[in-house]
Amino acid sequence: MELYDVVIVGGGPGGLSAAYSAYRNGAKKILVIERDRELGGILQQCIHNGFGLHHFKEELTGPGYAGRCIALIQDKPEIRTLTDTMVLSVSKDKKVTAVNPERGLFTVQGKTVILTMGCRERTRGAIRTAGERPAGVFTAGAAQRMVNMEGYLPGKKIVILGSGDIGLIMARRMSLEGCKVQAVCEICPYSNGLTRNMVQCLYDFDIPLYLSHTILKIKGRDRVEGVTVAKVDEKMQPVPGTEFDIECDTLLLSVGLIPENELSMAAGVEIAPFTNGPRVDQRRQTNLPGIYAAGNVVHVHDLVDFVSDEAEIAGKFAALEAQGNLVPAVNTVEVSPVNGIRTCVPQVLHLPEGGEPVRLFMRAGAPDRKVTLEVKCGGEVLVKKILPVVKPSEMITLDIPAAKTALMHDKITVGLQAK
Amino acid sequence: METKVMNCIMCPMGCEMTVTLENGKFAAVTGNSCPRGARYAESEVTDPRRMLTTTVRIKGGLLPLLPVVSADVLPKGKIADCAAYLRNVVVEAPVQAGDVIVPDILGLGVDIVASRAMENVND
Repeated sequence: MELYDVVIVGGGPGGLSAAYSAYRNGAKKILVIERDRELGGILQQCIHNGFGLHHFKEELTGPGYAGRCIALIQDKPEIRTLTDTMVLSVSKDKKVTAVNPERGLFTVQGKTVILTMGCRERTRGAIRTAGERPAGVFTAGAAQRMVNMEGYLPGKKIVILGSGDIGLIMARRMSLEGCKVQAVCEICPYSNGLTRNMVQCLYDFDIPLYLSHTILKIKGRDRVEGVTVAKVDEKMQPVPGTEFDIECDTLLLSVGLIPENELSMAAGVEIAPFTNGPRVDQRRQTNLPGIYAAGNVVHVHDLVDFVSDEAEIAGKFAALEAQGNLVPAVNTVEVSPVNGIRTCVPQVLHLPEGGEPVRLFMRAGAPDRKVTLEVKCGGEVLVKKILPVVKPSEMITLDIPAAKTALMHDKITVGLQAK
Repeated sequence: METKVMNCIMCPMGCEMTVTLENGKFAAVTGNSCPRGARYAESEVTDPRRMLTTTVRIKGGLLPLLPVVSADVLPKGKIADCAAYLRNVVVEAPVQAGDVIVPDILGLGVDIVASRAMENVND
């Protein structure tokens, strides 16, 4: 069986960044396995710009960002890539079984494995919308692939449910392709997309946004003919008497993303609540020794730049472990989100003697302004950061220096200071 | 003196900025976290511009479409015209990332360039 220092499952920005980082940290044999026909993952269909400002210090399109990641790993004898190859299983002892048209079924052994499978979209089934099953209901990402890579328009008159970034980006994209976007409906009282996407994807094209509204019914039998929309109350229940119809031939759903963890769970990786991804430490190691995870498979990011940053952490520590150079941890610290912070990755810290720099990635529970983020241990505030604005849609990051982590014991909390 | 509140769109931070106008002309901006924000605010109240990303048809490539991007911002009012023009453009693979696909689109002084490389799969 072929033996690799690091086997990476998924060749999107997470997997490619992890591979490059593993290479830079001394791994000599790295394998990246990708199921699509080319590397780059979902970025290849995200043709809009706005990627890379943090990571590459330059504004790039999705394919441009993917191209940069691919260029960094290309022509390196240490890194091998397989496309059109589907991983079927990952085992606790780091055997990865995959299948492709050339080799059939095969298994490789990793000294370490990094899980970077990304996430997928929630579908109509997940939101249980009433109506027949007409043609014309798509997830926004599926429509994006059709329009940007395959050359088909899913329809001409569009309603979008959900104001996440993919929904907003598709509102603009369909408008540019000559479609009429009738409305975007959002069940929350605030948009779930980045502010910049609200401005340049909706306001620029005069597309109405209905906040606190949802779709009650999809009309039409063979093809979508329209949707029935209603206002919702604070408990997100439809308010009787507020229903109205919008005519459309296509409904795009942008109703959330789910980390794709079937392989992780089958391997025995512990999944954390709320993030729905592997519970990881600051090195992005899961509960299984030698199995790491990074990117959208751990928690859904809003910026690919942060996916790359996180994957570089996983790549570094997987490479160090493969070479037997990992500094052993002597201190286990649980990380609990409290007071207005809904999720935090990593969920646990395994700290060596003297501590280690840690970056926390968090999401707030609700929008707020001028808040103070605090990391506390045993009642003492270790780190503070003032945040001018927090939104559930925009990830919060906090760097904790090694010296501060050396002071931690048992458990830390991350939360917003009470006003 | 007049003030306008706007969100910066130069990066995903989306800073909320307050622009001060004197006699309808840009005077000052607050709330931006970088110089790019200040430039955007001034341009947005005088001559709003946007990047354009779309696709053109490609022959001989792995995909039937090639993603393209404007090399610089275009006047906001011309974006729809540029997108409509690009719907009828056809190129042939191979293409390198950054290749000029349409020079000086609609005489606006901005090139449209390829966002990615695409090999000719028939070679």
